[in-house]
Parts: sequence; C-alpha cells; structure tokens
Amino acid sequence: MPRPEITRWLRTQFFPHMWCPGCGHGIILHSLLRALTDLEKKPEETVIASGIGCSSRMPGYINACTVHSTHGRSLAFATGIKLAKPELTVIDVMGDGDCSAIGGNHFIHACRRNIDITAIVMNNNIYGMTGGQASPTTPEGARATTAPYGVIDPSFDLCKLAEGAGATFVARSVVSNPKQCEKYIVDAIRHKGFSVVEIISTCHTQFGRRNKFRSPIENINRVKDLSVPQAKAKDMTPEELKGKYVTGLFVNIEAPEYTDQYLSLVDKVKGE
Amino acid sequence: MPDVAFWQGNQAIAQGALAAGCMFFAGYPITPSSDIMEEMAKELPAAGGRFIQMEDEIASIAAAIGGSIAGLKSMTASSGPGISLKQENLGLAYMAEIPLVLVNVMRGGPSTGVPTKISQMDVMQARWGCHGDHGTIAYSPSSVQECYEIAIKAFNAAERYRQPVIILSDEVLGHMREKVFVPPAGSYAVKERKKPGVKPEKFVPYLAEPEDDIPPMASFGDGYRWHVTGLAHNDFGFPSAKEEEVEKNITRLVRKIDRFRDDIVEYDTYEVDDADILVVSYGTVARSSITAVKEARKRGLKVGHFRPVTLWPFPDKEIYQISKKAKTIIVPELNCGQMVLEVDRAVHGRAKVIKKGLVNGEVFMPEEISSFIQEVA
Repeated sequence: MPRPEITRWLRTQFFPHMWCPGCGHGIILHSLLRALTDLEKKPEETVIASGIGCSSRMPGYINACTVHSTHGRSLAFATGIKLAKPELTVIDVMGDGDCSAIGGNHFIHACRRNIDITAIVMNNNIYGMTGGQASPTTPEGARATTAPYGVIDPSFDLCKLAEGAGATFVARSVVSNPKQCEKYIVDAIRHKGFSVVEIISTCHTQFGRRNKFRSPIENINRVKDLSVPQAKAKDMTPEELKGKYVTGLFVNIEAPEYTDQYLSLVDKVKGE
Repeated sequence: MPDVAFWQGNQAIAQGALAAGCMFFAGYPITPSSDIMEEMAKELPAAGGRFIQMEDEIASIAAAIGGSIAGLKSMTASSGPGISLKQENLGLAYMAEIPLVLVNVMRGGPSTGVPTKISQMDVMQARWGCHGDHGTIAYSPSSVQECYEIAIKAFNAAERYRQPVIILSDEVLGHMREKVFVPPAGSYAVKERKKPGVKPEKFVPYLAEPEDDIPPMASFGDGYRWHVTGLAHNDFGFPSAKEEEVEKNITRLVRKIDRFRDDIVEYDTYEVDDADILVVSYGTVARSSITAVKEARKRGLKVGHFRPVTLWPFPDKEIYQISKKAKTIIVPELNCGQMVLEVDRAVHGRAKVIKKGLVNGEVFMPEEISSFIQEVA
C-alpha cells in the first residue's frame, strides 16, 4: 500500500481509475507521487499537464493543479502556464503517440527552448485507449490493429530525439524498475531546464495480447528482459541492441533556462 | 483629454488589448495578422507581461490558454489557415471555460486562398468553428478606432462570460491607418474574472452560480487545486459520461451566453427610422455602405444602414424591428452569402432580402452599393 503522504496526492473520490488491472501506468503514477513527496512539493504549487490517451488520464487522479488538454498539445499548454508563473513546478505526462506522433512538433520545440518543465513519456509502444493501433514506437515486426501483418517502419528512439532537439536532462527507465523511475523523476524535477524521462510501460490489453504476451506479468517481464543498462550497452553492437531498451541517464547539462531568459529580458527592456 | 494616435487596425487591436490588461500573448506568423504579434512582442516585455512565439498555430492558442489558466488575460491572433488550426484548442477553451481573446484578421479562403487580400468568409466559422455546441461572442470592428475599443470589450466579455471571444477583423482594416482617440486609463470599464469566494478545500470548480450560470475561476498558483479537461465533466471538473451531468455541462455553455444576449449584442444604425430600403453590412464593407446610403439620401431615397457590431450573438430582434418598415434589405458581404442567412432568418419573411457577394479579394466600392440600392429603389 502507498504511504499516507502519497495518498494525500490522490483524488481518491474519483477512483476506481480507468486503467486496466495490471497496466504499467500505475507504477509510473506511484513513482511520480513518491518523487513529489521526496521533493516536498506542495500540490497547490504543482501543475501536472497531459494530452489524450490512457497516460493522459493520470492528472485527473492527482490532487494538484491539473490540465487534461488536447491530443499531443499538452507541452504547449504547460509552456503557457510555466511562462505565466515560472514559480510553479510543471510536469507533463505523455504517451508515446501523444509525445512523438501528433505532439512531435511541440516536443522538439519544448526541448529546444529548454523551458523548466519535466516531461514524463509513458511509452507502452501502442495506442491503448483507441484499441491497439501502431504508434511511432511500436517495435518493427510487432502486431497492432493497424499493422495486422506486423509493423514495417522503424520506431523512434525518444531519448535520442530529445537529446538532438536540445533537452538538457534525458533519462530512460522501465516500469520493472520503479526505484529507478522514481530517482530519475526526482532528478528531472530538480533539474533546471527541460527534462525528459522516458519510462517504458506496458499494455497487456492492446499490445501484449496481439504479441504473445497476454498477462500483465509477462509484459512486465518482457520490458525487464529487453532493458539493458547504459553501462552494459556501451559494449554491445548496434545489432545486439536492436529492439532493446537502453536505460540510464543520457544527458544532464546546464544551459540557460527559458523563463529565466525571458525575465532577464523583461528587466533589460524595463531598464532601457 | 485623450491622446491621439495614428495606428493600423492590427496595431490598434494590440494597443486595445494592452489597455484591457492583456498580459499574455502567444502567436505564430501569418499574413495579414502578424502585426498584432509584432506589436505585442515589442510592448508586452516592457509592460512586464509575457510574449512567446510558439512553434505553430496550435501551440500558440494552447500556450495562451495556459497563460489564462495561470491567471493572466491572454490573447492570440491569426488568419485563414491559422484559425482553422486553432479550432481544436478553441473548443477546449469553450469546454473548460477559459477566458481568451482570439483575433481573426480575415483573408481570402478556403485553404491558403488569397493571403494578402480581404474577405469576410469566416463569419460562420467564427460561430461554429470547433466541433460541438457552445455559445459564441464575435465582434466585428469597422474602423481603427473601433479595433481599439472592441479589443477592450472583447477582453471584458471573455472575463465576464468565462470563455473565448473572437474579434473578426479583416485585411483592409488590419492594414489601414486612421486617427485613434486613445482614452485615458480609468475612463473605460475593465472587467476581471470572478474569483472563488470560498476556501480552497471548499472549492467546486465548475459549480455555476445561479445568478449568471458562470462558475468562479481560480488561477493555478493561487492556492486552489482543480482539474481542467476537455472532456464533458461534472461540477467537480472530473470527466463524466453520465447523461444528466453531460447534459447539464453542455446546455450551460450555451445558456450562459443566451441569457445575456441583450447585454452582449451591439449594433450601429444610420438613418433607419423612415427607411424603406435597408443595407446591412459589417466590417470594412460597412464604410462603403454608409457612403452609398448618404449618397442615396441626397437623391431623396429613404435608405438606412444597419451594422452588426456583434456578429454573434446576431442582432436578429433589432433587424426584425426595422423590417416592419424596410421591405427591402440588401446584404453586401465579402463572401458568397453568410451573414445574409442570419438576416433572412431574422426578418421572418417580412422583407425581401437581397444577397450581394464579392469574393475577388477587393472591397465593394460605394458606387457598387449605390447601384444595388438603385436596382431596388
């Protein structure tokens, strides 16, 4: 059972939640709430934004300042909120389709701007809510309702995408390692600038059952087996790493943050 | 004494917005509305406000909605395709009841159309654009002075009725320079959104007050915690698909505007009392129409002009009254017939309504309107 200081963050009056029993997203919610508790964040000064999808229903259950926005657009809403009130802690939770398909443009520009928002990408490799269609992170060869003969296009590496676009903190973990999820979320929220934590999640209902991983535990074991710590991965060949989830902290650099830059600009303009 | 300025319409909208207390603008470049964004880029940092150029049209309305959720009066502006792109999040602002001003400097369409020329093709888009039902408030300025004044009114209405308000300007007005009398601050009303009067733990974010059907709005960061969603929701702001909760949610979005229709509707009349012939037009076209009506009066014709200042809600009752006497109504507009549908609806068959459309990127000249009047005189 979660600790009382964790459940304090929940809108339990809206339970039961809408996720399938055994969904990986609950592990991420718990990791996020532990991180917020560890950091002694105040719910009334914490914003959690999301777009559309199973992942994006998370903010509804968190008793903070929450925004359940439109598909793929949550980072743009979050950017407006953060710019209006930079003192707020702003976290954005996204799914893989939400982040990298319909929201790809917003994602890369939030990375480029280096605005102090923490993006948590809950990557379950599928469009779960709409019934199991292929997403940009569905592995090649995997089956989905819109790829009944298997996916033929390469999938995105979201961490490389974030790094290339200019994010100053980029890490990946898996739901089979909740301690690491929590640690990366803590570090990402502490980080001043745009931080991305990709967490490989599971969807036995829409991904697993079409890909020979029917039960929740089989799916969690699948991502556990496919995950490779960064230290081990560096000695592996690209062929050996194909289809694997490399976990670790990939980027952690200091760079000017957007709202700081904006407020300095305001001071400069006012001084003229 | 007011100051006198010599502004373009786009600049006047930006200045009016600032006068109304706009402190957040997010935009994306597009002709012919970019001047509004450029003016805000210059003015907002100096005013301690927030300006951001976003990665696209969708993001710019999203960021503006975010700014408003965090408590700042917010605006975005666009034209043509940009407005089409913004409609998804415009719908979210209607559904979640987030105050916002959206400026549409109309250009030719559909699609890329004629970016550098005028049209009035977005009248129905303004009413219905975004999927789903909602009440609409849309103003149509007809001079640079009015661009300034309407920007203030639009913010007041957005804050008062807690929803997006549209300004339907047009390319000619946007780029035309005119003298503007800038009233001193304090000489005009500036409204603020209704804030919750209860403590945070007692706050029910979408519990509307019976007196106006509008729930008080807390800002993020003010100590209140609440949930913003585009899903149909109950009074607690939590998603709901229960019939009675969905019904209550959607009907209130429409009713909160319907019941204040008389407070919102604005129009302008010229020589309508004894008019047998009435010209109904708005925006830049109204300027040509009024010149033509003056000319016709000189020739002894009993012609009047009616100008809706709010295209939505439409001044239907008022036009109906005038149609008691005026049996011929000419409706020139820069589209293939949009507002004319509303005029036709308003008169209940009591007058003959003549549609005059123009979609070549030009404005009706006064002589053309005179010839329309001559045809029916």
